[in-house]
Amino acid sequence: MEGNNSPSKNKFNINQFLKKIGFGSFVSALMAIILGLVFGYLVMLIANPNSATAGFRYILFGGLQRKGDVFYFATPIIMTGLSVGFAMKMGLFNIGASGQYTMGMFFALYVGFMWDLPDGIHWIVAILAGMIGGIIWGLIPGVFKALLNVNEVITSIMFNYIGMFLVDMLIQGNGTMYDPIRTRTNYLPGSSLIPSLGITGSNVNFGIVFAVIIGVILFIILQKTTFGYELKATGHNKFASEYAGMKGKTNIILTMAIAGALSGFGGAFAILSPSGIAGSSMTYEPINIISQAGFNGIAVALLGNSHPIGTIFSAIFISHIQRGGTLTSLVGYKPEIIDVVIAVIIYFSSFSMIMSSYLGKFLTRIIKHTDKDDNSNNAKEA
Amino acid sequence: MENYVIEMLNITKRFPGIIANDNITLQLRKGEIHALLGENGAGKSTLMSVLFGLYQAEEGEIRKNGQRVDIRDPNDANALGIGMVHQHFKLVENFTVLENIILGVEPNKMGFINKNVAREKVMEISQKYGLSINPDALIEDITVGMQQRVEILKMLYRDNEILIFDEPTAVLTPQEITELLQIMRGFANEGKSILFITHKLNEIMEVADRCSVLRKGKYIGTVDIKDTSKEALSKMMVGRDITFKVEKKEMEAGDVVLSVRNLSVFSTLHKKDAVKNVSFDIRSGEIVCLAGIDGNGQSEFVYALTGLEKSTSGSIHLCGQDITKASIRQRSIAGLSHIPEDRHKHGLVLDYKLDENLVLQRYWQNDFQNRGFIKFDAVREYADYLIDKYDIRSSQGAETIVRSMSGGNQQKAIIGREIDKDHQLLVAVQPTRGLDVGAIEYIHSQLVAMRDSGKAVFLVSFELDEVMNLSDRILVMYEGEIVGEFKPKETNVQELGLYMSGAKRDTAKENVHGRE
Repeated sequence: MEGNNSPSKNKFNINQFLKKIGFGSFVSALMAIILGLVFGYLVMLIANPNSATAGFRYILFGGLQRKGDVFYFATPIIMTGLSVGFAMKMGLFNIGASGQYTMGMFFALYVGFMWDLPDGIHWIVAILAGMIGGIIWGLIPGVFKALLNVNEVITSIMFNYIGMFLVDMLIQGNGTMYDPIRTRTNYLPGSSLIPSLGITGSNVNFGIVFAVIIGVILFIILQKTTFGYELKATGHNKFASEYAGMKGKTNIILTMAIAGALSGFGGAFAILSPSGIAGSSMTYEPINIISQAGFNGIAVALLGNSHPIGTIFSAIFISHIQRGGTLTSLVGYKPEIIDVVIAVIIYFSSFSMIMSSYLGKFLTRIIKHTDKDDNSNNAKEA
Repeated sequence: MENYVIEMLNITKRFPGIIANDNITLQLRKGEIHALLGENGAGKSTLMSVLFGLYQAEEGEIRKNGQRVDIRDPNDANALGIGMVHQHFKLVENFTVLENIILGVEPNKMGFINKNVAREKVMEISQKYGLSINPDALIEDITVGMQQRVEILKMLYRDNEILIFDEPTAVLTPQEITELLQIMRGFANEGKSILFITHKLNEIMEVADRCSVLRKGKYIGTVDIKDTSKEALSKMMVGRDITFKVEKKEMEAGDVVLSVRNLSVFSTLHKKDAVKNVSFDIRSGEIVCLAGIDGNGQSEFVYALTGLEKSTSGSIHLCGQDITKASIRQRSIAGLSHIPEDRHKHGLVLDYKLDENLVLQRYWQNDFQNRGFIKFDAVREYADYLIDKYDIRSSQGAETIVRSMSGGNQQKAIIGREIDKDHQLLVAVQPTRGLDVGAIEYIHSQLVAMRDSGKAVFLVSFELDEVMNLSDRILVMYEGEIVGEFKPKETNVQELGLYMSGAKRDTAKENVHGRE
């Protein structure tokens, strides 16, 4: 156990290098994905054996035909994924990303419809309004947790409902925002829309760029700052962080506020988007259903091991197979099939730690075996 | 050819990266008390876990009465008549004594427990061996000594013939220890065979018939106690001569560093005051030791002193500064260092690297951060300095994840961190718990060095040898109150034991701070 004191600094150690770049969690995420896809293929075989292979091909590669949409639909779940993952680093389970997302979206919509601002500024203010909406909805469970020790899971689940009903109520009561004939929000004024990335036939806009930049900033905060150091220390061992004199309560509130802001951005990026048809925009339909974006964010964060960069990639991947999955209807599948596949992937990745340790044991056993074989061969020769 | 009741022959048990038991043979005669001696990490507990079925040995075999047996889990061990009192009791806190004793082997009629049958048998055993208990008391309400008695009764209730005691005296007062040793002797006379794991040489000399010694996973030898001495045993255990006395010069007490007045702490767990009206002073250049049996308010007192818990009344002054309501960070800045009781819970972030842990109390200082960004180079440099100075050993130096380090080196990391930090008062709670003799020697010398350099040291310990050796002044805590104050030269372990168990208390010394 007690080896030599000086690490071999100059020697290149492949194991340490892989560990450093998070290879272990990458491998386990990859295994979860493969197992999920295999399972999904089996389900497709059972459901409709004849077109299973064609459908599976759509799941794998269909997204490539609709790259713009892949990125557009990845944007909100990157943000909710970052939100869930960031709180997770502190040891908080932000199941309220949906509510924060919905509030962010509503604030953005409100500024988009009700405020008359010049071009070039309007959409920026709308995004910031979305951020504030998310902050409010993240802050409240954070305050409850920090000051009254109310479990953040319970509060944020309730806030998902409160947020959703509140937003639906407010939108339906607002003549400017709501079109009662189509039972949807109206198209937003052009000045409030995030500039498009110009990929034809898709909604993709600069939101994805902002999402990636925010992910990188989060990565820097977590890795390089004293705040990140405190946050992770609290997540690993809140007793030790208390012992070290870290301000646990302030950090809980701050973390939940940031998590809320991230989800709020997600809502804003999703709604402040030009749609494929010129002159139109994305709309929201108040039908008393909690937004899926928050729950998908949990899935994305799990698959990305709560790592900001990992979360970006896992969100894009999930969005990719989702887009591909919608194409399976061309060969007769119900679109729910892709949700089954995603659910299985998440299921496997949620015990990714066990999987990677099994994988590690498996590999060492193989290595040992070959060693032993060598030895026994040598023995025979001798 | 002798008849052994249990034989463990050539047992080898490996864990990743370490051989915990390397070809160990242990033979237990019927009706003997066989001590198993070794430092922490020598492999005693692993060996006993193999015997009790918690681990499977890779090589070697276990025989009972000459027959080879296979012990796959504790149920197998029980069926063979092997019982064990674990170091940390395995009792259900909110069950009664009786319910705990019969747990798992409840006499029942069609699924309904017949407690009367059980009660009769328990009371019969209890009278036979003089282990008086109240069968209807809840475990959480009885003393640690009583809880241990329940564990012993559990073994007897299951008609176990081979009894394993894993460090049974660690939690007891001197009086309770004497009693326990007598009870063990009684079992042996009855024909039961006892394996007694300990690292306390006095107890072995007093009660055991034979002693087997392990060192670093290897079997060193078995000796008859009547043919050996304490010194010879310790040499077998450590592999070199060790000094039992801590070398230290006369105390030169200076100004008052810590002054506690009428401090009370409420325990939300037990719904009563865990610390009641405690007052005392500590001066610079002095080691003051708080002695007492575990669970008499020491932890709560330390929590209140270090800021982890709030006090209900009273005041704490550090170097003249009122820190009664100060935050943990403010106390730290005011000059308080704290070696916590539970190094895994409070002392370390186990999943952080060693260097990150070594700046746990200082990462926010300008030496280690600039506008909120951590200066990783400075952190690494400081960590390497501490690692070198305090001889903290690990596989990858500052990069090592602390979870993978040995307990002794984890503790060294905490001690280095707390000693090197600017401080006037060092609060050390059980700093040597679970460590081997070498590490204990080292930590003791560090504490004495601190005292000699004019710092104040407040030591909380349950080990009376440590208390007697290190302290300049001893305070005894019983049920949250300080019931006596002593100079180590003017008292002895027996007297302290009486105070610790509440059998005696100084009413005259109620105002401890009133002296001088």
